[in-house]
Amino acid sequence: MAIIEVKGLCYTYPESESPSLIDVNFKAEPGEFVLVTGPSGCGKTTFCRALNGLIPNSYGGDFKGEVMVDGLLTTSTPVYELAQRVGLVFQNPENELFCTTVEREVAFGPENLALPREEIAMRVEEALEIVGISHLKEKSPEELSGGEQQKVAIAALLAMKPKVLVLDEPTANLDPVSAKSVLELMHRLNKNGVTVILVEHRLEMVSHLVDRCVVFEGGRIVADGSPREVLYSDKVSELGVGLPKVVQVSKRLSSLIGEPLRFLTSDELASYVRGRVA
Amino acid sequence: MIRIEGLTYSYGDGVNALDGVDLEVRDSELLAIVGENGAGKTTLVKHLNGLLKPQRGRVIVEGVDTKETTVATLAKKVGLVFQNPDHMLFAETVEKELSFALINFGLQPEEIAKRVEWALIEFRLSNYRDRSPFTLSGGEKKRVSLASVLCYDPQIIILDEPTTGQDNLQKTRLASTLTKLNRQGKTVIVVTHDIEFVADFIPRVVVMSRGKIIADGPTEEILVRKDVMEASSILPPQLADLSWKMGLNTPSINSEIIVEEIRQMLRGEQK
Ligand SMILES: Nc1ncnc2c1ncn2[C@@H]1O[C@H](COP(=O)(O)OP(=O)(O)OP(=O)(O)O)[C@@H](O)[C@H]1O
Ligand SMILES: Nc1ncnc2c1ncn2[C@@H]1O[C@H](COP(=O)(O)OP(=O)(O)OP(=O)(O)O)[C@@H](O)[C@H]1O
Ligand SMILES: [Mg+2]
Ligand SMILES: [Mg+2]
Repeated sequence: MAIIEVKGLCYTYPESESPSLIDVNFKAEPGEFVLVTGPSGCGKTTFCRALNGLIPNSYGGDFKGEVMVDGLLTTSTPVYELAQRVGLVFQNPENELFCTTVEREVAFGPENLALPREEIAMRVEEALEIVGISHLKEKSPEELSGGEQQKVAIAALLAMKPKVLVLDEPTANLDPVSAKSVLELMHRLNKNGVTVILVEHRLEMVSHLVDRCVVFEGGRIVADGSPREVLYSDKVSELGVGLPKVVQVSKRLSSLIGEPLRFLTSDELASYVRGRVA
Repeated sequence: MIRIEGLTYSYGDGVNALDGVDLEVRDSELLAIVGENGAGKTTLVKHLNGLLKPQRGRVIVEGVDTKETTVATLAKKVGLVFQNPDHMLFAETVEKELSFALINFGLQPEEIAKRVEWALIEFRLSNYRDRSPFTLSGGEKKRVSLASVLCYDPQIIILDEPTTGQDNLQKTRLASTLTKLNRQGKTVIVVTHDIEFVADFIPRVVVMSRGKIIADGPTEEILVRKDVMEASSILPPQLADLSWKMGLNTPSINSEIIVEEIRQMLRGEQK
């Protein structure tokens, strides 16, 4: 059974004239790793909010269609109940941090689940360790750099151990090495059965990690397929989605040498070239 | 011109967020500052508009020591767009957000209208003129915060992570706006983790790590240096990585050069 099922979802924010999501149909099987991308303002964040029930439960607005997560209908399930199943890292996490120390911040979710103390301590320790911020645990979230705050939000999410992770541009403020390690972590969690929905503009960082790539435009899903299919489709180049350099170079080479090349990573392209030259 | 000499700053937790930083930025330069999370980038640029004052060393902006002036005075010369747009936005509508500083600086209504119009178009915000900035998408908010500073036309423009939340088209537009302003004589400093953006558009790059500047020079030279990248948690641009993996003698970050190199390698093979 699908772990996420979205049917005919249309949504308009309160006081907004135009819809932000239009007839969105989407299904994810347990254990899928789905990349969501598309131009700024196309509805990615709105879609994420619909997945964890913030839309419509907290935002109100005009909501049509249905969203089922792990067998629960978001419109008839309390947000805190959904939060145990779907963890969302917000696009701008600083605004979500409110505890006095990093440690308390990460413990907040598990505490609300009323887990035993030792379990909480263990989860906090582990989550801090995984994102590499154990040394910051006594600091106040306000006293952190932008990227450090983002890591706190990710740790807080991991401590909840949800079945579905929804990450809205989680790497936006991370340095490249941290970004890579967070994405690889998502990849590992995913291999252990967690379903991951990841919003990202910088496709060169993720396209090789995901199973599937969904592209939104103007509130609709306009492409859905393997990253290779999607990144090499004509539709996507028209949208102004940032094609990774390797994809650009492969396309140019393709037309110059008249051979269809569809590489996603520098490894793939380099080994092709070396293979031909050797 | 900006001159930073021996700048040291600590938030009082026993570590130096900045540790003896020296940096010179000439008029009408376009440069990027990169480096790992917590390297001190934001702390450094907050010194340029006087939000922070040096604990040791000096910061001289256009001949004025920042210790001897106020943020309000510096703000006219130095526009800083914060990393988190929510720290800047406060007005009821996008239009009010954009005109706020202009009214404060005492500009004439016609001039204000003209500049707001420019900013709305330049940052593709015309449809959002009457919207509350808080109801915008992440990328849209960021563009409002960029526009609100650029429309008051500061001589020195500093952008802390301007590309977050921007799709490729917006990034390209931002780059052309910055290049244009730079050609008109503005100094532009971009703090960013987006190494592809730096590789594509920014000629000089300053690399920070643990409160220090560890490299400074032309982008195409710095971004192909493995030692520098390892020391500062940067990953090479995809094309530099590809160059190494293909064993090119001169690694490049320029896709035309790379395409040509590969073509020649393949041609060699056909002979
Ligand atoms: N208000 C503050 N109080 C205490 N420490 C702070 C404060 N702001 C930043 N720091 C610390 O100072 C160091 C430098 O922070 P800064 O924000 O300059 O880093 P940055 O290079 O901009 O990082 P990022 O890429 O994550 O935004 C970090 O170790 C951070 O934890
Ligand atoms: N709270 C809100 N009230 C009204 N309109 C909103 C609200 N939040 C977002 N919107 C609008 O809905 C549309 C979709 O926004 P959304 O935040 O989902 O975009 P996004 O794809 O996440 O963009 P970005 O890449 O810039 O973050 C945009 O036109 C935006 O202006
Ligand atoms: Mg968004
Ligand atoms: Mg910063």
